[in-house]
Formats: sequence, C-alpha cells, structure tokens
Amino acid sequence: MEFIVELVISVLIVIGGLFTLIGSFGLVKLPNLLMRLHAPTKATTVGVGSILIASMLFFWVERGTFTIHELLITIFLFLTAPITANLIGKAYLLRHVDPKDDLPHTGEAEGWATFDVRDPEEQPRDPGKLPQD
Amino acid sequence: MIEYALNFAFVCAGLALLINLWRLSFGPTIADRVLAVDTMAINGIALLVLYGIGRATSMYFEAALLFAMVGFVSTVAYCKFVLRGDIIE
Repeated sequence: MEFIVELVISVLIVIGGLFTLIGSFGLVKLPNLLMRLHAPTKATTVGVGSILIASMLFFWVERGTFTIHELLITIFLFLTAPITANLIGKAYLLRHVDPKDDLPHTGEAEGWATFDVRDPEEQPRDPGKLPQD
Repeated sequence: MIEYALNFAFVCAGLALLINLWRLSFGPTIADRVLAVDTMAINGIALLVLYGIGRATSMYFEAALLFAMVGFVSTVAYCKFVLRGDIIE
C-alpha cells in the first residue's frame, strides 16, 4: 500500500477516534441537557463520518473496487440526528421546563407545540392561557 | 501505521463508551439517559467499523448499518414514551 494513502487513512481514523471521545466528554462536562444535546453531534458527524470515509478508502485500496455503501450509514445518521435531537429536547421540555415561567410567549393563538395538545375542532383559545396538564 | 491509528481509535471509542455509561447511570433526568443510549449506539457503530477495518472484512458493515437503524428506532420509541405515555398510538 502506498505510504500517502496509508497516512491519509490513519489520520482520518485518528480524527474519528478523537472526535468520538470529544463528543462523549462533552456529554459529561456540559451543565444541563439542552447544552449536552449539542456535544454528541460532533461524534455523529465528524467522528463516525471520518471513520467511514477511512473505511471506504481502505477497502478501495485493499480490494481495488470503489464502493460507496459506507456512505449509507453516514446519510442515515445525518438524516436521523436532527429527529432524535428534536424528540429528546421535547421530552426534556415536557418534564422539566415550566411553559409559563421559563419560555417566552409565542405571540400566536397557539402555545408551544410540546405543551399545546388541542384537537383541531376546538375554538382558538386566549393566547395567555396554556393547557394545565 | 494503520494498526497504531486503529489501536488509538479503539481506545478513544472504548473510553467514550465508558463515559456514556457513566452518564447513563447517573444522568439526572430521563432525557439524559436517552441521549446517553443514543450516543452509545453511535459509538458502537464507530467501534464496529473500526473492527471491520482491522480484520479487513466488510462483514461488519451490515452490523453497523443495523445498529444505526435500531439505535434510531429505540431512541424515538423512548422519547415517544416519555412524551405521550405510549409508543404507537
């Protein structure tokens, strides 16, 4: 194997490992959940992404055939990361944030989406009021 | 050279998994624990791909893909359960 290719693969693997560790370190270091949500995205994008690119390059050099099926995992992770982050944030908001005191008013007839579960046939409510349960 | 890089990345990913385990055990809120499980799934994918490079087989790629899908579905299921009290409504 050529030295340059080996060097590139090694550097990508080291970057991936470092960013995986940094993502998890942020999970411990940051003070509350909404900040902690920010840290593992580094592990998802740069960490796993560069490891998968290294794997792609490695098998290209090893087998001589170029395949992009590693990109499937990257695309899947990039597509699903915002959805999981949104859902975890909503779960946290529902349990630990009081919509009256901690959140600004939306300025609309509807309240914040996580708290405001109304059936659509109901009449628009007074904007100052939020559901009690 | 790739062997050294692989060993380094194995140590990093293993350490990251241990840190996630700490967050999973002592996480103050439920959402913290769900986030820790999600990150553990991603670190598991990284470990599987690294192991596949080390053994020079692409067999572990399918396992990594399955891990990504199952990790996503389990995170969404946990969050739905916390949000709505039910998973499939």
